[in-house]
Amino acid sequence: MTTMHRSDAPGTLQSAEDFAASPCFAEVSREVRHAPPRFRNEIGKYAVTRADNCSKCGLCAEICQHGVHVRQESYFRMIPPFEYRCIGPDCADTEFYCVDACPSGAISILENPIFETLGNYRWTADLMVSTWEMAETGRPPRPHLESEIGASGGGFDRLRFHFLEAPPADLRREDISTELVLNRSGDGRREAKIDVPWYGGGMSFGSTNIRVLLAKVRAAKAWNSFSCTGEGGYPERFIPYADNMITQVATGLFGVREDTIKRAPIVEFKYAQGAKPGLGGHLLGDKNTAAVAALREAVQGTSLFSPFPFHSVYSVEDHRKHLDWIAHVNPTALLSAKVSTPTDVDMVAVGAYYAGAHIVHLDGSYGGTGAAPNVAKKNIAMPIEYAINQVHQFLVDEGIRDKVTVIASGGLRTPSDIAKAIALGADGIVTGTAELVAVGCVHCGGCESGRGCPRGITTTDAELLELVTTEWCTQRIVNLYNAWREMLVDILYRLGLDSVMALRGRTDLLYHLDYEDGTNTSEVQE
Amino acid sequence: MRARGLLRVPAKYHIHIEPAPPRVRPVGKLGIVEWREDCSSCHNCVKRSCVYGFYSDESERLRNENGYLDYIYQCKGCLTCIQNCTKNILTRVVNPEFKRLGNDYFVADMILSTWYQAETGKIPVSGAGYGGPFSGPGFDSMWTDMSEIVRPTRDGIHGREYISTSVDIGRKLPHLEFADGELLSAPPPLLETPIPIVFDVLPEHFNRGPVPRWIVEAALEIGAISVVRESDLDRLSGIDLSNIAPLLNAPNSIENSAIDEAPMVYLPDGPDVLQEVSALKRSVPERIVCVRVPVTAEIVERTRLLAGEGVEVINIAFDAGGREADAVKPRHMRDIVPEVHRALTKDGIRDELTLMSSGGVVMAEHVAKAVICGVDLVAVDLPLVVALECRLCGECEHGEPCQIALEEADGDYAVRRIVNLMGAWHNQLLEMMGAMGIREARRLRGETGRCMFFKDLEESTFGRLFGKRKVAEGAGP
Repeated sequence: MTTMHRSDAPGTLQSAEDFAASPCFAEVSREVRHAPPRFRNEIGKYAVTRADNCSKCGLCAEICQHGVHVRQESYFRMIPPFEYRCIGPDCADTEFYCVDACPSGAISILENPIFETLGNYRWTADLMVSTWEMAETGRPPRPHLESEIGASGGGFDRLRFHFLEAPPADLRREDISTELVLNRSGDGRREAKIDVPWYGGGMSFGSTNIRVLLAKVRAAKAWNSFSCTGEGGYPERFIPYADNMITQVATGLFGVREDTIKRAPIVEFKYAQGAKPGLGGHLLGDKNTAAVAALREAVQGTSLFSPFPFHSVYSVEDHRKHLDWIAHVNPTALLSAKVSTPTDVDMVAVGAYYAGAHIVHLDGSYGGTGAAPNVAKKNIAMPIEYAINQVHQFLVDEGIRDKVTVIASGGLRTPSDIAKAIALGADGIVTGTAELVAVGCVHCGGCESGRGCPRGITTTDAELLELVTTEWCTQRIVNLYNAWREMLVDILYRLGLDSVMALRGRTDLLYHLDYEDGTNTSEVQE
Repeated sequence: MRARGLLRVPAKYHIHIEPAPPRVRPVGKLGIVEWREDCSSCHNCVKRSCVYGFYSDESERLRNENGYLDYIYQCKGCLTCIQNCTKNILTRVVNPEFKRLGNDYFVADMILSTWYQAETGKIPVSGAGYGGPFSGPGFDSMWTDMSEIVRPTRDGIHGREYISTSVDIGRKLPHLEFADGELLSAPPPLLETPIPIVFDVLPEHFNRGPVPRWIVEAALEIGAISVVRESDLDRLSGIDLSNIAPLLNAPNSIENSAIDEAPMVYLPDGPDVLQEVSALKRSVPERIVCVRVPVTAEIVERTRLLAGEGVEVINIAFDAGGREADAVKPRHMRDIVPEVHRALTKDGIRDELTLMSSGGVVMAEHVAKAVICGVDLVAVDLPLVVALECRLCGECEHGEPCQIALEEADGDYAVRRIVNLMGAWHNQLLEMMGAMGIREARRLRGETGRCMFFKDLEESTFGRLFGKRKVAEGAGP
């Protein structure tokens, strides 16, 4: 088990110069390695206290199965408990329960008071902590955490799977495929097969720490998937990862140049985004540093509000000229149209397909990572759960479902959400927020103004950038992807499916707790 | 810089905002407390960790009478100090004072958001997605529509600067009549308000000292109409009353020249209201008369009757939670307004009168949603007093002294705060209308085609897949 750098360790290969001098840095692996939290006190569900009457006998360290109590070799005193690793009362039924075993009765376990204040309806404290655990260990979270659903009271959080009582005897987990082919048009362009049915969402240079952006694309490379530039341009440090980086063309057209189009395996037109449907990108002035402004050809310190919509688009038919333009500049790239979820999202999807898009990317209203007016996040456009099936069914009826890839995003948090989205009719999904949680986002919502993220994730502040290293962030996301894949394979196994592609559109495998066909009535609440 | 000879664009409606800091220490949501003993005085939290520097000048704050607890409301909740604490003795808590803010409808988070808007005049913006429930009761089961492609063409939107939030108040003719080329019809008086918002009278217990005066002054500054109780007219001496709409107990119940000069008056509904309206119209024909009807189970029939009799403006009055009165399971205005709107449309007279709601509108999004449901404009009351840092603690209702001594506030501060709030609301209206591709607030009225309802989306998606829904709409998490 290799331990990664902590944030206070001297970072290596961080500057542009270092980077250019060490091409080997581009080599990344999907190997799971332990990536411990970067803070002294990681937050968990339980708080473990060892009182003064502790006799330092070390019994707790001997019996604990989770690494909460540790006495370092040749030390007499115990080091403070790693309480975030504790599984709480679940442990009481085992013979390893420190509270009962302690001869001095010095140990107590309580629910961590922070838990009540952490997260929100969609990203509950349990989901956040389980994401941190996945990012640290690369494995599915332990059962004391609710790691599959949130508490929003609708959509994914009320959908469940009909699992088989016993999976087919000849189905083996290791044979289950999670691959997804992004080009289904048969037009001779690249196939773009990714190893997991998700890729990373666009976050712009300017909104997000370059180290986090690098980590996102490095993890994408490790997992043979993609990340996306967002609309802030294409920093040169992305070039070694060009094969895994989607170039986004958004209404601000920041950094859209012939060379950034030519080097992209996929070009994504962002017609709208879930964080602020119907509005253009927002980068508030404080985060617009010299480097950001240079790349965007803008004035440092000014707020950059991208227009909405593309001023060259007057109808869905106008997608065609955009996509034609890119298709001619780059004869091998796939074309993606990212749209939000209006009431006629199905028509928009069909329009995008006939305009030549290989990928129709639906971004639902509740997701997004970027700064957005609260009024827009809450009220504009429909949640993704509705849009996916509406589009899927329409494309099926039109007879073109197998010619186009539907990607869903906007509020997908877990492998369970991913599987539900695919069962509703998406081919794959895009993730953004989960990656940020993996590198330590606590959903304080302070990303957008001033110096930006106090935890160094979505910031351009020279000092705050230093709070994370690229290597650590990379490993956290690589680990998250591994845990997600294992959990997704487990879901497919329990459904008796041998591939993720076989799950698409299988709404018969789903039920909804609030509907009469929902079989599991015991969970229904009024 | 505009070159000479280019087209001049007419002046746009704009609400001037200016920071108006709080008078009293605001209530924050999160705070950091030591919940375990054994501080090692390492000062990690104080000196190193806090990115925002809230702890760093602690001694300064100690000397400053007003400052010691500042960090309790300034804490952004980033957890950095907690996670860096050498002894792991800190924790984050929700401020118990925060939990006491507001009520079931005007919840604590909305109070904080209202304060922010009243202080800064800005739209609340944040990152990291939406963290609320999937849907909820009332307006929370509506999503406004948008389209990245189709809508802009339909209305020709290319920027928020072209969006108008003006609406008309008054009666309109169904058509004009001509004879021998001469116009026979005389259009009735019509008031234009630049925002679809009227400042309503506050509940009696808030109506203390200079409060009504501040509201009238703020309304005047932004060109909105302000409703004033006839008994409060005496308290408004010396200020411009051209934008007020007195709320009368009965026609000619008091003598006051302001009533004759007002562009509009309000009358409470009653058995003789039609005669009373006629009397008022006879005395000053160009003055618009609005009838305020409390919403009960008979609201649709009552509105149809009044509208059919030619009442110019009908204000359907909900309670503070936007609900009907006297019902076992009171319905929300989201359900009632469309019924009224549809009934009037069916009668063929919807376009002839102005329909207004009062009660239940406490956020900018509620304005847009109420208009989508079918009113032309809304009256707003409680947000005006929350803008002045009221916590809706309810003490004044019981005759207790105000926690924040509201009536002692400075007039400039109070007007500024209300104007700022309206500035923020106006901008949010523009954002929502821009996303919907609606260029005029007049065209937003009853435009349910630019809106998606929870019930419909559930039926057309999950209903198709899973049959009948068995849990009530808006049951929430």
